Amino acid sequence: MLETLPQAIVTGVLLGGLYAIIGIGMSLIFGIMKLTNIAHGDIMILGTFLTMHITQSLTGNPIIGLLLTIAIMLAFAFAIQNFLINKVITKGAEPALLVTFGLSIIISNALFLVFGANTHTIPSTLVTTNLIRTAHVSVSMMYAVSFIVAVAVIVALSLVMNRTSFGRAIRAASSDTVMSELLGINTKHMYIFAMMLTVVTASIAGMLVGMTFPFYPTTGTQYLIIAFGVVVIGGMGSLLGTLVGGIILGLAQLVGANLIGATYQQLIGFIVLLVILAVRPQGLLSKAARK
Amino acid sequence: MNNIIEISGLNVMHGDLRALADVSMNIESGKIVSIIGANGAGKSTLLNTIMGVHAPAAGAIRFEGRDITKMRTSKIASLGLAMTPEGSRVFADMSVMENLLMGAYLPGAKKAKAGQLEKVYDMFPVLKEKSAQLASFLSGGQRQMLSIARAIMMNPKVIICDEISLGLAPVIIHDIYAKVKELNAEGITFLLVEQEIKRSLRHADYSYVMVKGRVVMEGKSSGLSREAVSDAYFGINQFA
Ligand SMILES: Nc1ncnc2c1ncn2[C@@H]1O[C@H](COP(=O)(O)OP(=O)(O)OP(=O)(O)O)[C@@H](O)[C@H]1O
Ligand SMILES: [Mg+2]
Repeated sequence: MLETLPQAIVTGVLLGGLYAIIGIGMSLIFGIMKLTNIAHGDIMILGTFLTMHITQSLTGNPIIGLLLTIAIMLAFAFAIQNFLINKVITKGAEPALLVTFGLSIIISNALFLVFGANTHTIPSTLVTTNLIRTAHVSVSMMYAVSFIVAVAVIVALSLVMNRTSFGRAIRAASSDTVMSELLGINTKHMYIFAMMLTVVTASIAGMLVGMTFPFYPTTGTQYLIIAFGVVVIGGMGSLLGTLVGGIILGLAQLVGANLIGATYQQLIGFIVLLVILAVRPQGLLSKAARK
Repeated sequence: MNNIIEISGLNVMHGDLRALADVSMNIESGKIVSIIGANGAGKSTLLNTIMGVHAPAAGAIRFEGRDITKMRTSKIASLGLAMTPEGSRVFADMSVMENLLMGAYLPGAKKAKAGQLEKVYDMFPVLKEKSAQLASFLSGGQRQMLSIARAIMMNPKVIICDEISLGLAPVIIHDIYAKVKELNAEGITFLLVEQEIKRSLRHADYSYVMVKGRVVMEGKSSGLSREAVSDAYFGINQFA
């Protein structure tokens, strides 16, 4: 097993990138609205199905499929935030949480009605290509691309959040809604923008996931748990923490599987999650931890 | 007389508690107006209601003749009303500079940003010194200065201050009131909440005294005696 350990570490880190981009939208929503978005995994898988469907029906180019998916998802984000979540978010966290729970069920059932229970994939040559191949380690192009895209998305989001007036306004709205309103920031609009940012990242994650793993209408829950793990390990609302959280979860799963056995992969990931929760409940890189 | 803010028959409930009862006020443009009252008199409730943070059960608020009673807070702010709320509420996890830039969020203020920034740095040199530091590292007085500076960055017509002097050393209070006078001379109307009678009468053109959610006395500060205000303030002599 020791000879396969380097491979497990490399794959774990790269998979962690994919986990990070899966979790980043959940982290944004939590950081900005203090809302645990139960529908996050289903929203992502909705993006996966849309990208698959549009790619198949149009040119066969998944990038065009992704761009059109993002356009649709932006409208969807506006609708659910403006007409559902914003209506209840001022009444505390629980009603909004229930709304996302309802959304989760509606999305997975709608996907089931339209696409059936079959397992699907988004075909991509990245999966069968290797970036590096040596005697001990090979790096799949798909995993490498996911990792690079994840880092790029996180860097881009950090720049938006820290360097632009729009990003500052979102941060302000998340830390003090009343004060933000007094400064002329419509916090409900900020929530809509935050949800839009979230679905953009979820659509990108959804495409990468759909190329890497098979998916079906109820796969969303599985990714909700991964997103939750990433966000909890990294620290709620911390962008860099999301990357760290993803990598820790990916490493824990693959190195654990390597040392103990592949059947325990998921379990080991969540044991690490629980240990971190017990030792550092605020997450590794949360804002609360820095103060 | 040109009233920039007109409040009539305002009633505000906090649950079962009537926090404001039939409050009417006229804030004259270009003046410094102060509201005096003890703890719990309803001063903050009044300011928050003007800004749309609380919804009144009855009554109306007009700004430059326009009804703003049911307007969203961010919209009211965009009309030219800035508020420094109780306890300054600076963004602790942002730098001093970022806090100031938050004041210049609205399009109108964004255009005037460079000039306003220079102006507030001139007024409060300490903020320039600490511009890159997180606001959480500021002292109480510096936070109040930042809160006022942030309001100035909005380039507003009116600045509403909720107890800017609370808990500050007399030297700093003196300094802050000097800035208020300066800004007022440039044409900004001030609505201030004060707990201290003497200070209020000294700095304001016009004063209101509130007791238990009601206005019990009002008048030009020069025409109000400290004793009369004090009696009203402590509820000895109810004028309502
Ligand atoms: N959000 C709230 N919910 C319930 N009651 C409130 C709320 N805010 C204020 N009150 C009550 O309303 C009354 C007026 O409060 P308010 O804060 O307006 O007074 P204030 O004059 O600003 O007092 P202070 O000088 O202490 O700031 C008080 O009795 C207070 O306890
Ligand atoms: Mg108060």
